Amino acid sequence: MLNYIFRRTIYILISLLVMTVLAFVIIQLPPGDYLSVYIMQLQARGEIVEKAVLEALKQEYGLDKPMYVQYFKWVWNMLHGDFGRSWGFSMPVSKVIAGRLSMTVVLSVFSLLFTYALAIPIGIYSATHQYSMADYVFTAVGFVGLATPNFLLALILMIFFFKFFGLSVSGLFSAQYAMAPWSFAKVLDLINHLWVPVIVIGTAGTCSLIRVMRGCLLDELHKQYVITARAKGLVERTVLFKYPVRVSINPIISTVGWTLPNIVSGATITSIVLSLPTVGAALLRALVTQDMFLAGSLVMILSFLTMLGTLISDILLVLVDPRIRYEK
Amino acid sequence: MSSSRSSSEEERVYIASQWQLMRRKFFKHKLAILGMIVLAFLYGVSIFCEFFSPYGTLERHQEYLYCKPHKVRFFDEQGKFHMRPFVYAYRKEFDQETWITTYTEDTSRKYDIRFFVRGGTYKFWSLFEADIRFFGVEEPGKIFLFGTDKLGRDLFSRNLHATRISLSIGLVGIMVSFVLGCIFGGISGYYGGKIDTIIQRIIEFILSIPTIPLWMALSAALPVEWPPVKVYFGITIILSLRGWCGLARVVRGKLLELREEDFVMAAKITGLRERSIIARHLLPSFASYLIVNITLAVPHMILGETSLSFLGLGLRSPVVSWGTLMQDAQNVRSVVMHPWLLIPGLLVIVTTLAYNFLGDGLRDAADPYKQ
Repeated sequence: MLNYIFRRTIYILISLLVMTVLAFVIIQLPPGDYLSVYIMQLQARGEIVEKAVLEALKQEYGLDKPMYVQYFKWVWNMLHGDFGRSWGFSMPVSKVIAGRLSMTVVLSVFSLLFTYALAIPIGIYSATHQYSMADYVFTAVGFVGLATPNFLLALILMIFFFKFFGLSVSGLFSAQYAMAPWSFAKVLDLINHLWVPVIVIGTAGTCSLIRVMRGCLLDELHKQYVITARAKGLVERTVLFKYPVRVSINPIISTVGWTLPNIVSGATITSIVLSLPTVGAALLRALVTQDMFLAGSLVMILSFLTMLGTLISDILLVLVDPRIRYEK
Repeated sequence: MSSSRSSSEEERVYIASQWQLMRRKFFKHKLAILGMIVLAFLYGVSIFCEFFSPYGTLERHQEYLYCKPHKVRFFDEQGKFHMRPFVYAYRKEFDQETWITTYTEDTSRKYDIRFFVRGGTYKFWSLFEADIRFFGVEEPGKIFLFGTDKLGRDLFSRNLHATRISLSIGLVGIMVSFVLGCIFGGISGYYGGKIDTIIQRIIEFILSIPTIPLWMALSAALPVEWPPVKVYFGITIILSLRGWCGLARVVRGKLLELREEDFVMAAKITGLRERSIIARHLLPSFASYLIVNITLAVPHMILGETSLSFLGLGLRSPVVSWGTLMQDAQNVRSVVMHPWLLIPGLLVIVTTLAYNFLGDGLRDAADPYKQ
């Protein structure tokens, strides 16, 4: 078991390393280095750029050195918590990210929980009541949910609440709490705002998971061991939850590594539409203003979060599934 | 009697070729047929979108800003039936207090819809000039089936052109993904060993990156001065950078399965080159699975393009796609007042559903021997 966790950790570390290269490429993609963009922006604002300041910045980021030195310097700085400077927000990248990061994590985790809390029971119900009215309804809703892009669903919900309740569902806090220090009331306010984005982000994943859960359970239900359990005289509920459900939940849990990237991806676009203060919204702003330093770091941090989440779920899976535990 | 019929039925199943069985199974899937019809209709219309749209995409009707869709009518005010459908002209009213323009039907002015009319000239497929439009009304009448946008451009025509762009980007993207997927999946599955491990790790890595942020970053890096055609292909390639992974997995999985089959061994013994074994014997035997996966992957491409363009990072005006059209729907207040701005979203949903139904039907048909 320890061996397995160790292997996964090593794998994640390697992925992270590759990710840094990818992020660095993204930063370097637009013509000119980020310093020249910065100078251009300063000049556009009519400010005079001092030579000495320029030289200092150049030194700091190693812009006069070859590309690979720049890369290593960038990674080295990141390891020390220095993610560079965002010209668009005119503050260090780490400051831009700090507040948004926790919101992103909260949003993603809640969406993931929502996905499972909805998909597993509905999948079980659909499979045990195959071809019933409810099964058809769930399947139909699932299909439509699968076909609706996140941003469209967010828009539709916003319009719905605006039109029928006159409510604005964008943002994560009401005006009076946005700047207030954390308190119990603020947490309540957050929860009040959180459920719309959670529904939007969770729906797409829920629909595909329902189909997986339903399919797996349908396959399992006709197997011999279920008949044996039933023949022993077990109550139907025990038969169901003790054996086939446990088996068919496994593929859902083991694909968390795919579900999580989808959720983070969905959270990005949803929070842009609903204007939530997450990493995703900052990413769009960074990209539109060609603030590539920030953008590259944000893509990297989002991927890092996803990989970390996958690692945690892998470890959890070991605890749930004995087959992996005893694997060498 | 009945037993002899059922036995002849059975016999027909026995002697039917694999493709016949597939076709039979596919046509049993009603939703798949529906999906196929919807897609055929959408693609058919989008190929000839210049002909079907009454106006040009950039043509502005200054008098009709945010005009609501015209209702096509067969019965007039007196309840009299007309063979030829018609629309009523709009009377425009401007509310001084709220600054809202409302359009109401003026039943005294009625315009018949005429087919194969001469309208403004356009370049068909950017090749030759034409001015025949499928339908239209006589000037000064206007017909806006999907309403107009804030600049007074006919949204029906714009939606048709957008359908062409969005649907084709899905197909072009899937073609690139298909080639990449076959190459990498083929290598991975056929040779196995170290190459296989490396390719699989690469795929796992790509799949673990959240899609939208990566797409956003890459498409934002496309130079602003690029012409629309170049941006179009740039976006397609960005979308397929991830699209190939799923296909490569299918190819690899199937290859690993088939590698052990006797007919592959036979082909090897006859001294066929490896490349021809892959191309001639292995690929055809799982072509059906590939088709299923391609069908199910196209909507992802379309959704990707729509999302990117919606955020303003994908295709840019004057190109119209569902995503660029949806940009106008970003403002909730304006959508509440002009709900027809959401029509492109509806088209996205319908297309994605149709592809999913079609893919499901094909999946059932792909393995006709499975009950």
